[in-house]
Amino acid sequence: MSLFRVKGSEIKGVAAAVPETVVCNRDYEYISEADRQLLIKTTGIENRHIAFNGETTGDLCFAAANRLIDELNWERSQIDLVIFVSQSPDHFLPATAIILQDRLGLSKTTAAFDIMLGCSGFVYGLSVAASMMSTGGFRRALLLAGDVSSAGVNIKDKSTYPLFGDCGTATALEYNRDYEMCFNLQSDGSGKDSIIIPHGGLRHPITEDSFVEKEYEPGVIRHHRDLWLNGMDVFTFSVREAPLNATALLDYCGVSVADIDLFVMHQANLLMNETIRKKLKIDSSKVPYTLKNFGNTSSASIPLTLVEHFRQSEIQNKRVLLSSFGVGLSWGSCYLETGNWIVPETVKI
Amino acid sequence: MMGNGDNLELFISKLENELDMLEPGSLKPDVKYRDIPNWSSMFALIIIAFCETEYSVAVTGADLRQCETFTDLHTLVQSRIGKS
Repeated sequence: MSLFRVKGSEIKGVAAAVPETVVCNRDYEYISEADRQLLIKTTGIENRHIAFNGETTGDLCFAAANRLIDELNWERSQIDLVIFVSQSPDHFLPATAIILQDRLGLSKTTAAFDIMLGCSGFVYGLSVAASMMSTGGFRRALLLAGDVSSAGVNIKDKSTYPLFGDCGTATALEYNRDYEMCFNLQSDGSGKDSIIIPHGGLRHPITEDSFVEKEYEPGVIRHHRDLWLNGMDVFTFSVREAPLNATALLDYCGVSVADIDLFVMHQANLLMNETIRKKLKIDSSKVPYTLKNFGNTSSASIPLTLVEHFRQSEIQNKRVLLSSFGVGLSWGSCYLETGNWIVPETVKI
Repeated sequence: MMGNGDNLELFISKLENELDMLEPGSLKPDVKYRDIPNWSSMFALIIIAFCETEYSVAVTGADLRQCETFTDLHTLVQSRIGKS
């Protein structure tokens, strides 16, 4: 079991950035009006911010981080660690975190590296940042989580295209000897084909065949460089495993479901998330969503939802449960308590 | 456990509430669900969510491909209640 608690770092703020361009699912012309209505009702997704002008994940995380550093009034020379979590980095190499160390004007004494995870990435990234900071060797850190998933989906694939939005986020952590977070991390590689871009890595390098489109079922046209999603398998996995994982974490922490003030899930789709919420018996008033106007923003969805929720609500000293699940298959949860967070308005670039 | 032991009629009635965008009365025990007009893969997700929430039974895409009718689905769910 990967259940553990980490002492030594505290979240000080969260920021998010999205591309300005908005795409509406009501205008998605590859399906009928009846299917559009069913899609919006089931997924909860009406609008998505899309990187229409070539914005990269690094650009979005840069904008979020820049804003957050300014609002926190942090000296850039005092940031020791940058972790970038994404499955859509700016380059195959080098790591985007290192490029951002330079773009953000951080010191060369900053440690910087990438973690390649999607939907579960924020919780994993937070656990890595917190663990490194627990050594006392890092005083301030930035966790940058984001994805430009729109670059990997085929507009003629109704099973993926209407779901994903683009977003980059920044979470600021500071050393605090007494502050604690708890995690439960899991993985199951036997589900690797459930969400996959089949070609482009070393297993299947790009060839001419990679870009040959095929209709796999009505309304599902894609090629091997596109994202493939087996929606039913992912759905079954998520509604089964996410509640078990979260329940085990709460047991480990000695916290009951009733004690939780806020339950923030990876924003996959409304039907899936609501099924998880109902299984955990958490009141809907404690569960914020950003699906309607942002869609599934992959690794950015939890911090984006925190930002959007925290802009509207009192958030100091809340007991928060985070739950993430998806591509890998990979999933995890985190229990933490909020302090005096700085949360700027979502940046649009 | 909610819904434990629902008979076929009640099972279909509850499912009809979830699939409220279908023509009322189109869910009948021996109708092949994939033949229902305007059937969509989204309905499959709604069925999976319903079985999980109502009966704590995991139904997969493969299960739904193997079953043909609501009677088949009811039999499958009943056989799994309390076993997961």
